[in-house]
Amino acid sequence: MAFYVARRTLSIALVLVLISLIVFVAIHVLPGSAATLILGEYATPESLRALERDMGLDRPFALQYAAWMGGVVTGDWGYSLAMKQPVTAIVGLRLRNSALLAVFALVAVALIAVPLGTLAALRRGRWLDLAILTGSYIGISVPEFVTGMVLILVLAGPSLHLFPTGDYAPLAAGLRPWLSHLVLPALTLTLVLLAHVVRQTRSGLVEVLQSAYVRTARLKGATERRIVVRHALRNGLLPAVTVIALDLGYLMGGIVVVEEVFAYPGMGRLILYAIQNRDVPLLQVSILLVAATYAVANFAADLAYAWLDPRIRYQ
Amino acid sequence: MTTITRAVRANPPLAIGTLILACVLALTVLAPFLAPYGVAEQSILDRFQRPGVKHLLGTDQYGRDLLTRTLFGGRTALLLGLGAVALGLLLGVPIGLASGYAGGRTDEAVMRVVDAFLSFPALLMALMIVTALGASTAHALLAIGVASAPGIARIVRSQTLAVKHEEFVLAARAQGDSHAYIMFGEILPNLLPPIVIEASIRVGFAILASASLSFLGLGVQPPTADWGLMIREARQHIFLSPWPLLCPGLALALTIVGFNLFGDGVRDRLAGRA
Amino acid sequence: MSGQAAEPALQIERLSVSFATPRGEVRALREVSLEIEGGEVFGIAGESGSGKSTLAYAIMRDLAPNARVAGGAIRFAGEDLLGLAPDALRRIRGRRIAMVYQDPKSALNPSMRIGPQIAEVLEIHALASRPGAAARALELLALVNIPDPPAVARAYPHQLSGGMQQRVVIAMALAGDPALLIMDEPTTGLDVTTQARILELVADLRHDIGAAILYISHDLAVIAQVSDRVGILYAGELVESAPAAQLFHRPAHPYTRGLLDALPDIDLARAFRPIRGRLPDLTRRPEGCVFAPRCDFLEDACTRAQPPMATVGESHVARCLRWETAMAAPPMRQERRLGAASGEIAAAVASVRNLTKHYDEPGALTRWLGLARPPVHALDDVTLEVRGGEVLALVGESGCGKTTLGRLVLRLLAPTSGAVTVRRRQSGAEVTSDAEFRRVVRIVFQNPDSSLNPMKRVAAILDRPLAIQGVPRRARRLRVRELLEAVRLDAGYLHRLPRALSGGEKQRVAIARAFATGPELVVLDEPLSALDVSSQASVVDLLTELRSRLDATYVFISHDLSLVRHLADRIGVMYLGRVVELGTVDEVFRPPYHPYTRALLSSIPVPDPSVRAPTVRLEGTVPSARRPPSGCRFHTRCPSKLGRICEEVEPPLQNADGTHWLACHIPLEDLRREPPVRPASEPDA
Repeated sequence: MAFYVARRTLSIALVLVLISLIVFVAIHVLPGSAATLILGEYATPESLRALERDMGLDRPFALQYAAWMGGVVTGDWGYSLAMKQPVTAIVGLRLRNSALLAVFALVAVALIAVPLGTLAALRRGRWLDLAILTGSYIGISVPEFVTGMVLILVLAGPSLHLFPTGDYAPLAAGLRPWLSHLVLPALTLTLVLLAHVVRQTRSGLVEVLQSAYVRTARLKGATERRIVVRHALRNGLLPAVTVIALDLGYLMGGIVVVEEVFAYPGMGRLILYAIQNRDVPLLQVSILLVAATYAVANFAADLAYAWLDPRIRYQ
Repeated sequence: MTTITRAVRANPPLAIGTLILACVLALTVLAPFLAPYGVAEQSILDRFQRPGVKHLLGTDQYGRDLLTRTLFGGRTALLLGLGAVALGLLLGVPIGLASGYAGGRTDEAVMRVVDAFLSFPALLMALMIVTALGASTAHALLAIGVASAPGIARIVRSQTLAVKHEEFVLAARAQGDSHAYIMFGEILPNLLPPIVIEASIRVGFAILASASLSFLGLGVQPPTADWGLMIREARQHIFLSPWPLLCPGLALALTIVGFNLFGDGVRDRLAGRA
Repeated sequence: MSGQAAEPALQIERLSVSFATPRGEVRALREVSLEIEGGEVFGIAGESGSGKSTLAYAIMRDLAPNARVAGGAIRFAGEDLLGLAPDALRRIRGRRIAMVYQDPKSALNPSMRIGPQIAEVLEIHALASRPGAAARALELLALVNIPDPPAVARAYPHQLSGGMQQRVVIAMALAGDPALLIMDEPTTGLDVTTQARILELVADLRHDIGAAILYISHDLAVIAQVSDRVGILYAGELVESAPAAQLFHRPAHPYTRGLLDALPDIDLARAFRPIRGRLPDLTRRPEGCVFAPRCDFLEDACTRAQPPMATVGESHVARCLRWETAMAAPPMRQERRLGAASGEIAAAVASVRNLTKHYDEPGALTRWLGLARPPVHALDDVTLEVRGGEVLALVGESGCGKTTLGRLVLRLLAPTSGAVTVRRRQSGAEVTSDAEFRRVVRIVFQNPDSSLNPMKRVAAILDRPLAIQGVPRRARRLRVRELLEAVRLDAGYLHRLPRALSGGEKQRVAIARAFATGPELVVLDEPLSALDVSSQASVVDLLTELRSRLDATYVFISHDLSLVRHLADRIGVMYLGRVVELGTVDEVFRPPYHPYTRALLSSIPVPDPSVRAPTVRLEGTVPSARRPPSGCRFHTRCPSKLGRICEEVEPPLQNADGTHWLACHIPLEDLRREPPVRPASEPDA
């Protein structure tokens, strides 16, 4: 286990460095340079060069990267050109808002999806399974922005108007407004994630239910309930958990879309804002944060998995 | 008739998926013949029409026919989805194959880089690339293709690892086959089934991602007919008329369901045969 | 409780089971009838596709969803198992009927400790309280001879060796004190020395527990060693059933005869002759006797209808019309020897000098971080020569390094140190160029399912080595046909994919590929172990013929000493990366033995219930190759260990005879005095 943890730690450190490099390279080296990004496509060559000098973009690439990374590590995240504020001051609140949304959605998913997937696996081939499967197909196939807008149409429209169509209210404004602004974006994320997690749970469990050791348990005379609780669930859900962790990151991209639909002030919308306003320092840090968060979460999931699986724990 | 019912009963996902994809393909290919109006044909007097005899699915805020635009939007979606996945395969398959086959430190190094790329949610990666290159249909295709390559590389690598230890690979080495021949002549043919499954599910994702880019204004640009873009334009007016949202939304969902069902169906079928 | 004493524990009457598949209905079992008395061991023997596992799972009422019991009855202690309701079935499973599985590794729950997995049986059937069940689990572990039960009870399955896992599964099966125990290939996949100890355990247990045992195996020798009565399954039919001694000494059914004659018997007491043809397609079963297409005693009546069960003797029945003729026919004597067995010593074609291979050498970084694990010592300092024209066998159990050695000779692996040199037979010139090496040195792998690319047709598979060697296209096409003919497959096979071939046919294609370039040295890596008994001998025939035609030299890697005795000129016995004994077949099979060779030889079961070789017990398991023992690597398990010298000093290579070497500290005179394990080399006819 110690060996495993050490290995994984080394590799996550390496991955984090690579992530920062990718972000930096993508925004600095690709054809449209940072200066073009800021000044727009029609800037004169002179003004471009002047800006590049100002920003230190004429220095060797390695130096630029080192300077930026040094800043990121020491807490100097640069200065937002569009918002005229230090990036650190902007990012904190948005990060918290996005995290809030993600946590709401994740808790809801964990509470609903896992039991639903388990149920489907146990009733495999019956109508309940079919209904759950059909639902999950629809869930993974409808884009977040369509789901979100349909929810707005139905629940926030002039006729019902149960929730606001978007925006955000701080907790200071009261519990009700705060919650009511959260419900629709959280629900949208939940619906999409739900479908994925249900499918993963179901297939993980179905595989285990067909395993030789479940057969052993059945031939010991164990009841269906005992087979599921003592033998199938743990082994069946564990692999599902890592796949879910991988899936989540894939879907976290959805947070950009969902925040845009609901005009919710989180990291996703901040990234869009940075793109639209060609705010390079802000964009770099925001993307780096999202990617790093995901990489670290994945790392944690791996360790949790390793610890829960005796085959890795006692190596 | 009996063969159809038997096909549906034997593998419902595959049968339904194939059916949906066949319909989508036929409708989009035949769009110029089926569409009752021109793609860009505006009629200010007919704005926000509900579905009716004149406009089967209604009209949008410029009075353009929604049926027409939805049909033509399918062309953009399929082009982007298939094109992006083709690009992703072109990049991802050789990387995953070579990395898995080489093994050892090369594999370790390649996989860390792939991991780093995979830490970016695919949409974010695409956003980053589009930001650097500028928003256009071609760039969206490029961005989504590149963003899907690491995932494809990873799957291909894990499949390569499984096949690599088969004795026929050793047998090829023992008779003096070159590494290139072993990778592409011996291993690759055995990877085709999983690659087909992966690709078909990824086309669904690519269509979704390209629609998302367009929705954010960073993909297909007006006045091209594109489902994501149509929804973006419908957004301001949903309470006035939901049809400009619902038509492309439904088309998107149906197409993506089709690809997912098809991929799962192929998987089931291959699993059943083994 | 279990009815009258006279009632059999298990009674199967005309049981038929079929599977619905896309190709049609597969009739896996057809009218199988048998009875097992309490306390009796009934052995079921059959090749792949015989339906033996289907029989086991039919009794457990756990057939696959696409299976259907087409008729018949299964009565357990007078109760009809097929008619039981789910609840009643649950009360019987694990409690009164228990099962031991072929693959213990996958039969145990990977995330549950051993103790609770055993105790669970007692909890389910309310045979003990929770603490009582835990205590009983420890007793059961002790009963199956597991050292240190408390430690094992706390372990997870993956921490145990295969043999230990199988003991755990047996303990689990015994927990409910069952009246019927079904053992489905319980020693398949285990090493021979481990197998010998499991068989010993089964023999001990049957006296203690008094349960009826249904013992299923493909290995007739194992069946002969454990069973009181034996049934032979072929293509889903019970073709013969008799007391063990009767069946092995006076078989009545032609298939049983053929099967026994097909065995490579370690004591050279059997003919080792293949059964021609292949298993019939079970979706299109022949009208008459199912064995008719392959039978030597065929007459017209055989193909008309399924023959009735004929009574041969007391509780001896055979489903054959011509059993009297078959029984009266003289025994087969067609001994196969692959080896050249010529006395002269030819020049070496391959020399292995101080060859060492360590896998998984830690890198600089892990070493610097202190995380380095020692490398796997797959092969350590091996020196030997392969002489022109001989068959050199390398034998040993899994992990002994025999496969690694073969791959090093093939240059498929790079040695950690030491060298292999290959020379041409005629000129004696060293083979240096890669192209020449790949032409002259070839390999046949163990498993043709894996060694033939499933996506390539036979023609393409055979064409490739010729293309690599630069043979022109037209010549290649001709040569491919010749090759196919040489391995006795007709041209119809050219365009087939491997999956449309039987196991034996696949291995023929693999052999054709190896011989495509006219090799001089061929490494045969367990080429028979994936094949059914009835097709092994025919592949040996093929290898013999090809060898004499090409005057090739074979390195024959095998775990099966019975085969090796038939096939080899010389044998190298390997243990944990070293060659411990080297000599001609006769030398290795008679004293002086290396203690490990002795244990290995005595572990081999014989297909004759009247021969019970005394087993030399090997304690413990093979130590980890990451940390091989110091001194003599065998000292941790050696029954005749001398003392500290074995632990500290590497044993010297002692020359027992001109060609016979063994690495042991025990003086040769002492080893010479030991009795032989197997009867003298030539059997009395």
